[in-house]
Formats: sequence, C-alpha cells, structure tokens
Amino acid sequence: MIEINHASKWYGDFQVLNDCTTRVDKGEVVVICGPSGSGKSTLIKCVNGLESIGSGDISVDGSKVNGRKTNLNQLRSRIGMVFQSFELFPHMSVLDNVMLGQLKVLKRSTDEAEQRAQALLLQVGLADHAYKYPAQLSGGQQQRVAIARGLAMDPIAMLFDEPTSALDPEMINDVLDVMVDLAQDGMTMMVVTHEMGFAQKVADRIVFMDEGRIVEDSPKDEFFKAQGSERAKEFLSKILTH
Amino acid sequence: MNYNWDWGILFREPYFDWLVEGLMWTVSLSLLAWIIAFSLGSILGIMRTCSSRPLQLIATAYVELFRNIPLLVQLFLWYFVFPELLPDDAGRWVKREMPMPALTTAIIALGLYTASRVCEQVRSGIAAVGPGQRNAGKAIGMNEWQVYRYILLPNAFRIIIPPLTSEFLTIFKNSSLALTIGVVELTAMTRQIEEYTFQGFEAFTAATLIYSVVTFTVMLLMRIVERRVRIPGMISTN
Repeated sequence: MIEINHASKWYGDFQVLNDCTTRVDKGEVVVICGPSGSGKSTLIKCVNGLESIGSGDISVDGSKVNGRKTNLNQLRSRIGMVFQSFELFPHMSVLDNVMLGQLKVLKRSTDEAEQRAQALLLQVGLADHAYKYPAQLSGGQQQRVAIARGLAMDPIAMLFDEPTSALDPEMINDVLDVMVDLAQDGMTMMVVTHEMGFAQKVADRIVFMDEGRIVEDSPKDEFFKAQGSERAKEFLSKILTH
Repeated sequence: MNYNWDWGILFREPYFDWLVEGLMWTVSLSLLAWIIAFSLGSILGIMRTCSSRPLQLIATAYVELFRNIPLLVQLFLWYFVFPELLPDDAGRWVKREMPMPALTTAIIALGLYTASRVCEQVRSGIAAVGPGQRNAGKAIGMNEWQVYRYILLPNAFRIIIPPLTSEFLTIFKNSSLALTIGVVELTAMTRQIEEYTFQGFEAFTAATLIYSVVTFTVMLLMRIVERRVRIPGMISTN
C-alpha cells in the first residue's frame, strides 16, 4: 500500500532523512517512534507529499508521490491525515469541517455528505457536538473530529502525526480508543507516536528512527522484547520506566 | 486678532452646497479607489503567498514599487507624465477626453498605491493563519485555489479587519491629495469657501468635523462587522 524506497531529504546541508526504506501493507498498522528530531514527522509528511523528498521514491497504492504524472491532490484525497495540532478549520462548525472535503473534492451532494459526516461523528463519539465550532471543543474532541474529517474521504490509508502529543493526559485515551477501533476494523495506518501502549495493543510493526535513519523495523513482539538495536533499547528504557 | 466670526456662513448658499458636494466627491473617490485597492491588494496578497515563484516575484515587485514612491509623486506621475508616454491619441484621451480625467486619474493612482498596502495586510493575515491550516486543506485533497477560497482567506480576512479598517481610513484621508491635480473634493471646496469669504476658521473647522464624523462612522460599522463575523468560542479582542 505504502512503499518508501531509499528516501532521503535535506534541509540545506542538514540531512533529515537518510536512506529510509520501509513499507506498510494493506490493513497493517505501523508505528513509527524515536526521539525528537529523528525525522518521524518529516517521513510521514512525505507520504502524502506535504513535504518533498530529495532522492529515492515513495509510492502509495501504486502511484508515485513524487512522480511528475501523479495528480497529487487526487492522491491526497485518498489518504487521511491527522495532525499533532488538530488543524480543524476554525471558522466552520464541526459538521462543516467533516463535510468540506466531501463537497469540494469528492463532489458529493450536501445530503450525502451530511449523512456520512453525522455517521462518522457518531462513530468518534461526538454526534452531540456537530453544530459547535472547534474552539468550543476540548483538544481530545477536536482531534476526534479531525479523525472523522480524514475518514470522511473514505481513505485507503490513514496517517497520524503525533495525534496525542498536544493533549492533556485525560484526553489521550479518548483519541487512542478511536484509533484502536479503526485499527481493529482493518484500516491501513501509519502512526507517529510515543504511545507505546497503543503500539503494543494494535501495531503490527514498529519502525524506530534516529537521526534521520530507520534504525530498526521489526514486528511488534520482537521490538518489545528488545532484541534489536542498542539505540532502540536505550530509547525504550527511557520512555517505559515512568 | 481681529476676526469676524460668522458660523452662519457654513449654512448659507452656495457654501453649504459646496461642502456637501465636496463630501460627495471625497466619498466617491475613496470608495472607488478602495474597490481597486481591496480587489487588487487581495489578489497580490494571494500571489505573494502562493506556491508559484514567478507570481510571488511579480507581487513583491509591485509592492516594492508602489509602496516606496510617495503618493503625491505617484499622483503627479499618473496625471502629468504618464499621458506623455502614450501614443498621441491615447495620451490626449487620458488627459482630456476620458470622463472626468482628474477624478479618474486620482481614483486609479490612489487605488494602485493602496493596493500595495492592502497586499501586505492580506499577506500577514495569511501568514497568521499558518502553514498547518494550509497543510490540513491540502491533506484532504483540495487544490491550492480551494485551500485559499475555503480556508486561508476566510480566516485571514477576519484577522485583518482592524488593519484593513485603518487602511480604508487612510485612503479616505489621502483622497484630499487629489486636490493637487484639480479634483474639487472636500478639502478643495473648503479652501474655495475660504477664498470667497475669508472665513477660513469656520470652513476648516467644518471640514475637520466632517472628516471625523465619517471616520468615526466607518470605525463603528467595522466594529459591528467584526462582531458579526466573530467565530464562536474564539476570544474576542474588543
């Protein structure tokens, strides 16, 4: 579904991604973790072309993200993305946020878009908040709306860029629950997160990054048994002791 | 000081009519110039922030050119120099044959100058909305124009209502410069009253009050607009 082959990226002289190769198969949940500045967010943003890569290539469902012939807008409309800072559209009601892409990109009718939006808001537990504005919701609620907004496009895969990092501890579980449900329903997911509990529960594979490289890419059980690299062990020991 | 105060002069014919007529010219000149400034400025603001490098450069060049030449000089350039650069027929048309040459030139000059300032306001508004919103729009598959139309502009314009209001007040006050190329707007009418009656104090007091009443009204209206378009749940600044 998502294939990343030898992707490298530079900001000036600084190399943010260094020869990254990995893949996410259909229905698979891959968690990407690693210390700050290791290139996790950059990598996931390259998957839907919000960032461009310097060399190598990335393809989603057979289309090259960095290819000249690819209609990037159309490709993006098939990949949902959830951001660390939610990025709901503040001037629109929750319902309109979930309907916008359906109306303007998928050209669905208003009725159809609204039905789909209401159903998704119900799914993420926010049916009662459809007519509120994002600023009237808590962070956790906003992030669940953002997930609904992504799902409204009927995506073939969902990308999550640290979806719980900006949330109060109490809100985190509400968001993770929605994501666990999604994973169990068979959604293809690529998730940048530090939530190792989530990873343990639903991830198929864990990718560990450091200094722009993929240091380890292994099935969940192997990763948590810490049979892999020293760097990953060190990282795990730091985040799991609290 | 030996001065014969006569406030009644302001309400006597034809001076009262002159003031009213002057105000009409000032208001029409400002509104028409604002239409140019606002539309062109918004387009330039979009160009300055869009992904196309050539469009960015064109808009930046425009802003640097128009913002850095004094408005009075621009008025003179458009009125006295520009027609001379045109072929004879076109030059004559611009100078004399087009409807109300002085007023038209003033509207265009003021509009083009203020567009460069509006462009900068729009650009800063779009920057304030932030790259995250742009990415969120792109991520659901919207094209660049849709991202501007449905996400960046509605938020940016809300943010820049206060600076845009002062930009409009500036255009209104700058319109008095049009008297230098012969547009008989409010300030010109006031001077004319002074020349006919020697009641300069009364005439300029009247002009001052009229300018202030208009600017206060605009400010109040914009406050109401700002409140109307306020997004529920957002903290208001006034």
